[in-house]
Amino acid sequence: MPWTEIINFTPLPGLAGGVLLGLGAALLLWGNGRIAGFSGIISHLDHSDKSWRIAFLAGVVIAATVLYTLLDFPAPDIRTSPLRLIIAGMLVGFGTRLGSGCTSGHGICGLSRLSVRSLAAVMVFMASAMITVFITNQL
Amino acid sequence: MKTIKQQWLIALLSGALMGSGLVISGMTNPEKVLGFLEITRQWDPTLILVMGGAIMINLPASWLTLKRLKPVASERFHLPKTRPVDTPLIVGAALFGAGWGLAGICPGPAVANLLIGGSDIIMFVAAMLGGFWLQKTSASLFS
Repeated sequence: MPWTEIINFTPLPGLAGGVLLGLGAALLLWGNGRIAGFSGIISHLDHSDKSWRIAFLAGVVIAATVLYTLLDFPAPDIRTSPLRLIIAGMLVGFGTRLGSGCTSGHGICGLSRLSVRSLAAVMVFMASAMITVFITNQL
Repeated sequence: MKTIKQQWLIALLSGALMGSGLVISGMTNPEKVLGFLEITRQWDPTLILVMGGAIMINLPASWLTLKRLKPVASERFHLPKTRPVDTPLIVGAALFGAGWGLAGICPGPAVANLLIGGSDIIMFVAAMLGGFWLQKTSASLFS
């Protein structure tokens, strides 16, 4: 094993949240015939069929904000500097469009459809992210 | 008109489920995601269960749904064409992974954190939109 110990592991909330993510993605395909991929939904907001995209994103923002308040969760812990956040955001935007998807579109939806392209994408972005974290931690 | 309203409602509910899932799983917290991506010291494997839980539901559901002729509230399924693994896919995924590793934020959590993440998230989302635009522009330049 490359790691020395397991920390902060929260299997039950992780699994429960995962089930909700799966239900949401399943509902969108069953009802609207659409892939629940965030990068695709956001980047096509300028399309003529934008109303369902806006509804989807509104649902995400409203539910997340309400849950944070109800559960009294602390605000997300962002320790990244502004410059690094901007570079990260640009890479995420550019990369997900060039690579046709992100963690939700390739990960949750593509893998569920047994897409070979999605499997390749997930393996590459996981490896790339782990290598990036490894390198930045050495600096 | 009826189907547009149905589609709208289905999308809203789907988004609400996914937004809730992101918060409950802890994936809206970038430090938790980075804890998963950092595998060489102390490791937090939670993200595997998030993905696993989602696929455990969505795989059989997608399989059953795609046996239908069409979705419930739409005329057809909008699925990406089956294509081989190509260079843009791999390069794009590698760049996305680098960005994800730099901040621990991917598009879903960025949206979920929009009202609670303060200026940091606004900045990230603005940069992400810039990245979308840059990719679209450069693609049209080279085609």
